Amino acid sequence: MRDVIEIRGLVKTFGRFRALDELDLTVAQGEVHGFLGPNGAGKSTTIRVLLGLLRRDSGTATVFGEDVWSESVSIHRRLAYVPGDVSLWPNLSGGEVIDLLGQMRGGLRADRREELLEAFELDPRKKARTYSKGNRQKVALVAALAADVELLILDEPTSGLDPLMEATFQRCVREFCDRGGTVLLSSHILGEVEELCDRVSIIRTGRIVETGTLAELRHLTRTSVRAELAAPAAGLGELAGVHDLIAEGRRVSFSAETDALDAAIGQLSEAGIRTLTSQPPTLEELFLRHYGDILEDEPGAPTQDDGR
Amino acid sequence: MTGTLRLLRSALRRDRWMLLWWAVGLIALYWLTAVSVAGIYDTQQALDEAAAAIESNPSYVALSGPAQGVDTLGGQVAWNCQVFGGVVIGLMTMFLVIRHTRAEEETGRDELLRATPVGRLAPAASGVLVSLLASLVIGLLCGLSVMATGLAPEDSLAMGLGLAGCGFVFTASAWTAAQVASTSRAAYGLAGAAVGLAYGLRAIGDVNAAWLSWLSPIGWYSALQAFAGLRWWVLGLSLAASAVSMALAAWLITRRDYGAGLVSARPGPAAGRMGSAAALTARLHRPTVLGWMAGMFLGGIAYGAIGDSPGEMLGDNEQMTEMLAAGGVDLLDGFYGTALVMLSVIACGYAVGSALRPRHEEESTHAELLMSTRATRVGWLLGHVAATLIGSLLVLASAGAGLGLGYWLVTGDGAYAWGITWPVLQYVPAVLALSGVTRLLYGVLPRWCALGWLPVVYVAVVLFFGEMLDLPDWSRWLSPFEHLALVPAADLDPTPILIIGAVALALSVVGQAAFRRRDVG
Repeated sequence: MRDVIEIRGLVKTFGRFRALDELDLTVAQGEVHGFLGPNGAGKSTTIRVLLGLLRRDSGTATVFGEDVWSESVSIHRRLAYVPGDVSLWPNLSGGEVIDLLGQMRGGLRADRREELLEAFELDPRKKARTYSKGNRQKVALVAALAADVELLILDEPTSGLDPLMEATFQRCVREFCDRGGTVLLSSHILGEVEELCDRVSIIRTGRIVETGTLAELRHLTRTSVRAELAAPAAGLGELAGVHDLIAEGRRVSFSAETDALDAAIGQLSEAGIRTLTSQPPTLEELFLRHYGDILEDEPGAPTQDDGR
Repeated sequence: MTGTLRLLRSALRRDRWMLLWWAVGLIALYWLTAVSVAGIYDTQQALDEAAAAIESNPSYVALSGPAQGVDTLGGQVAWNCQVFGGVVIGLMTMFLVIRHTRAEEETGRDELLRATPVGRLAPAASGVLVSLLASLVIGLLCGLSVMATGLAPEDSLAMGLGLAGCGFVFTASAWTAAQVASTSRAAYGLAGAAVGLAYGLRAIGDVNAAWLSWLSPIGWYSALQAFAGLRWWVLGLSLAASAVSMALAAWLITRRDYGAGLVSARPGPAAGRMGSAAALTARLHRPTVLGWMAGMFLGGIAYGAIGDSPGEMLGDNEQMTEMLAAGGVDLLDGFYGTALVMLSVIACGYAVGSALRPRHEEESTHAELLMSTRATRVGWLLGHVAATLIGSLLVLASAGAGLGLGYWLVTGDGAYAWGITWPVLQYVPAVLALSGVTRLLYGVLPRWCALGWLPVVYVAVVLFFGEMLDLPDWSRWLSPFEHLALVPAADLDPTPILIIGAVALALSVVGQAAFRRRDVG
């Protein structure tokens, strides 16, 4: 499958500050690619380089196989972008903004425009000045989703939407993908990413620290297990890959790396399982694993405490 | 009003540099004028000649106020400073007040403040207080600086307090404007128009309809008659007017909804017809251009309506007529030639503001959204350049048309009216050259774009004070307006027009080329 977005060794500096440091990222055609990272990690900078707004210092970046700086206009005919903080022209009505952006992206599907306005419950007659943050975001989303494009670049597109609208957004993105579209979705909302994304890249201080499908990433982390047993379990502590073991009489809880899970459950089963709950690693844990600073002390440990 | 004092402190802190620059500018204006007037007019004869020149030339009166006591040093200083100072302090208070009221409300920062235990009027009141305090302190310092050169203390003080009085009235009018308009842009427009109106009313009033000057706060400043039979009671007019206007603003605040103006936003069309960056650019520039066209048209009419009275005033004075005829300058031609230069220098304000528009679009991330579409950088910026060009042409043409129309309405002399209409177009390249400096900054040093206002200040200072401050020739040479022939008093000279046009083009092209290569946002 062709890569729609391909970034290799991308470096962008602002004065002495290295915002992007040898960043690599690929997004294949037809996938929804989650782009995760804490504030200031370089998500928006990456997106701005992709849009040809910022000049890169080194590395290569292509969209649809074309250079993002020199061929930006021909690329822009085929994509739509929703910024994280949507600011609109205060004197224009929502409808005017939608149509303006639609025309400038090479056409708007009128039927889809109506559907989307209805789905997002947006009044297009209001002046942009009077829209709330969420409504401004809806304007940008309707304009992007109604455009006839192949790629959506969404920078935290739902940060101002209520949960109902969030669901509508997810449905619309899925419909877009069913039509063969590709999406780069930068987001903080992990539920949204888990729900929508085929693959995820995690960025930290200007580098991609992890990339892969959610299943692949889960493999790297641990499942937490809690059990009540018939008899105290022996030998759990000696198993490699079992961490944070707490045994209080017949109650036991621990977290296990994916490879050690089978052996650990075997031990429990020998002692006789009364109740068993296990939790697969959430994206949250993945996320924290890469941002929690405890990571520095204990490499590879999933951390639950601080989400800085 | 709880919390006003604390907010006042933080506002003073936020504004400290801005306040310092306004203060330095105004005090320098008063002090330098006082010093240089004393230097230039070292004999009573020199003063008498200067006074005769001012009294005989209504364009001087229209520019700088009535000739009162101009045969004394103090009178000269007052005449040179006051009207211009009144305009400057009007602009200062406008920026201060709206920045702390409507702009804060528009950006939502005010909301954050009002949620804390402060009174409903406190955030606005602190901004207004900053402006009142600044007016008073700057006024006093200006008065002291004039006094320091050895002029009569009481009259010097009156000059300073008169300036503060102007500041008070314009503070109040700007605060009212901030209640009426629902955006800071519109509020600046209204408040600026109030300053312009005050200047225009007294320009007509001082030349041939004295009662009009009594409607203008800048007129009151002149009517204070510092160094020409001081009348302290006139200051009461400024205080009363500002009190009334501030009460009106405070009443409006309690009457209107938070975030709204007096006129509520009407719904717009559900579908748009704009399909390109160019159409959007035209739409964004349109209200500003129309506003300036209207203002300059009215300003032009105000000058034109003086009609032949510059000449009539001379009719009684044979000696003066002979003197001017010997100099080869027709008085009427000189008057209207000067009016055209002055209107054109004011139009530079439009051109630079217009050239700053792309920066505003970029800072508010609108440009980012547009450039994620098929709009090109070059095309987008060229659209704004074209808007500035066409806008400058229209604004100047409106000024010329107003001038001609005003003259024609009063005198019925169509041929002469046309003769003072078309020459305005020779100033188009000069106006564009000033916006070209802003364009260059925008491409090369976007963060320093606002420095584009400096050339406008410079050109205005050279025009209004070049003679009096005895600026060196090279410094006048820098102002494009100094190179153009004073049509209709002189014949049109195309060479400087073409050279200035080439400079304007070069500045703009370099700016645009630099913009192509830099980061956006």
